[in-house]
Amino acid sequence: MTTLCIAFVIYSATVYTTGTAATSASPMSAEARHGQELFQDKNCIACHQFYGLGGYMGPDLTNVISKRGEAYSGAFIAAGTVSMPNFNLDTDEVSALVAYLAFVDQTGTYPPEEYKIEWNGNVSQVDDPR
Amino acid sequence: MSSANAHFGGLRFMRLGMLALAGGMLFGVIGGFQFLFPEFLQELLFTKTRPLHVSLVVSSIFLISIGGIYFYLPRQCNLPLFSSKSVDLHYWVFLLTGLAIIVCYLSGRFGGREYFEFPPILSLPIFLTWLLFGINYFNTARQDKEPWPVYYWMWGTGIVFFFITYAESHLYLIPYFRETMVREIMVQWKSYGALTGSWNMLVYGTGLYLATKISGCDKYARSKMAFGLYFLGLFNLMFGWAHHTYLVPSDPWIRTFAYLVSMTELYIFGKIIWDWRSSLTDWQKNRHCNAYRFLIAADIWIFVNLALALIISIPALNLFTHGTHITVAHAMGSTIGINMMILLASVFYVIREELPNEIHAKCSKQLRTGFWLSNVSLAIFFVALLLAGIGKGTYDGSSFQEMMLGIRPFLVTFTISGVTLMAGLWIILWHGFRLMGKIMAPVGVAEPQPA
Repeated sequence: MTTLCIAFVIYSATVYTTGTAATSASPMSAEARHGQELFQDKNCIACHQFYGLGGYMGPDLTNVISKRGEAYSGAFIAAGTVSMPNFNLDTDEVSALVAYLAFVDQTGTYPPEEYKIEWNGNVSQVDDPR
Repeated sequence: MSSANAHFGGLRFMRLGMLALAGGMLFGVIGGFQFLFPEFLQELLFTKTRPLHVSLVVSSIFLISIGGIYFYLPRQCNLPLFSSKSVDLHYWVFLLTGLAIIVCYLSGRFGGREYFEFPPILSLPIFLTWLLFGINYFNTARQDKEPWPVYYWMWGTGIVFFFITYAESHLYLIPYFRETMVREIMVQWKSYGALTGSWNMLVYGTGLYLATKISGCDKYARSKMAFGLYFLGLFNLMFGWAHHTYLVPSDPWIRTFAYLVSMTELYIFGKIIWDWRSSLTDWQKNRHCNAYRFLIAADIWIFVNLALALIISIPALNLFTHGTHITVAHAMGSTIGINMMILLASVFYVIREELPNEIHAKCSKQLRTGFWLSNVSLAIFFVALLLAGIGKGTYDGSSFQEMMLGIRPFLVTFTISGVTLMAGLWIILWHGFRLMGKIMAPVGVAEPQPA
C-alpha cells in the first residue's frame, strides 16, 4: 500500500510538470484569459468539446479558428444559432472568446489528421505537436 | 435523534438520494428532448439542464452510498457511530449546499467545469461534509478489533480518495495549471477519472457488503482474492484515467502507461466469465430477493461496460470512439447499470431487513415491472448511444449539422428509451422512498426480524 501511494505521488508530480508542459511557446494573453472566464461563466462546455471532451450538442472547438477563421467564429458567437442561444455578448466579449479559441487552437490538432496505427494497438500521431 | 434510532440518519441520506435520482432523471429526459428540439423549454437552457441532471445523479450516488454506510455500521456491524450529531450536520450541510448549487444552475451562475459546473466557492462546504464523514467513518470502523473485511477498506479508500481527487480537480484555480491548456485538461481528467474510481470504491464496497450479507458468508470478503481485486481497483483508480485523454497532446508515455494499466482490467473481465456459473446458481437460490435481483443486474452491466471500457481503451479504437456517444454509453451504462443497480439493491436490502413482510405485499409486482422496464430501457438506450457514436465516429464530412441529422434516429430512440427508463426507475424509487419512510415512522424502532 505504501509503495503504491509513493508511486502515485511521484506519478502525479510528473503529470503536473513535464508530462503536460505547454506545447506552444505562446503564453495565454489577458484577453484570452478573459475569454476563458467567459467560456466557463456561460458553461459552454455543456454543449461543446475541446479535444473531444465535453458536451455533444455542439461541435468540437479545438481547431475551430484554423478551420473556420476568426470572423466566422466571432459571427456565430455574437448571433447564436438555432441550437445555440444568443448570449447578448458585447464586442469585447466576443473578441475575448475568439482570442481564447485561438489560444486553444495552437495547442494541438484534434481529431488527428496524420497518424499511424501500430501492431500493438497504439497510435503514433504524426501531427502531435510533441 | 436518540441513540436507539441513530441509524435513521443513514436512512435519511438514502431517501434524499432517491429524491435526487428522481429529479436527476427528469432533467436528463428534458435534456434529451432539448438535444432533439433545441427550442424545447428555452427558459431552461441545455446549459442548465445538463448540469442539473449530472449533479443530481452524482449526488444520489453519494447520498445512497453514504446513507448505507451510516446505516450498516451501527445497525448491522454492531459499531455505534462515533458521532450521531456529526451525521445530522453532514446531512444538513449536504442538503443546503445541494440547494445552493441548484439555485446557481437555475439562475445561470456557473463555474464552467464539466461535471462540477457550480461556482467553486461551493466546494468548501462539500469538503466539510467529506471531512465530517471521514472522521466519523474511521473513528467508527476502528472500533472493530478484528482484521477489516475488504468492504471496510473500500469504503475508507473511497472517502480518502474523494478528498484527494476532488482537491485535485480544483487545481485549475491556480494559474500554473489554468494557463497551460494541455495541463489543465489532463489534470482535470486525471482527477475525474480517479474521482469516479473513488465513488466506485464506495458503491462496490456496498455491493460486496450486500453479497456477503445475503449469502450469509463473510469468508469471501476476507479472502486473498477479494483483497487482490481491491488492490487492482486501487491501482486503476490511481493510474488508469488517461484513456480519456489519449488524443490530448501530453507526453506519449502517459498514454502508453494508461493503455497498459487499462488492460489489467482484462483480469477482472476474465474472472467474471469464470465465475458466471456459480453466479447463476446463487441467482436461482436468491431470485425471490429484490436486492439480489438488482445485484445480478449490476453484475451483467459490469460485464457489458467492462467489455466496452476495454475496447475503447485500445488507442487504435479510441481514435474513432473518443468524443462520440460511445463514451456517453459507457458513462451512462456504468452510472445507471452498475452504480444505481447496486445502490437500489442496498435500498431494498435495508427494507427487507427492517420490514420483512412489506416487500412481499402488492408492491412486489410493481417492483418487478420497474426493474424490467428500467433494465430493458437501459439496454435500448445503451445500444442507441453506441449506434449514434458509430455514426459520429465514422462520419467523414465536415458539417456538424449533417452528422447530427445522420444519427438523429438513434438520438430519438435514446430519448424515448430515456423516458421509459425514468418511468421504470420512478416506480422503484417511489416504493423505496415510501417503504423507507415506514421504517422511520414514529411508532418506535422495530428490531430487525428474520427474513
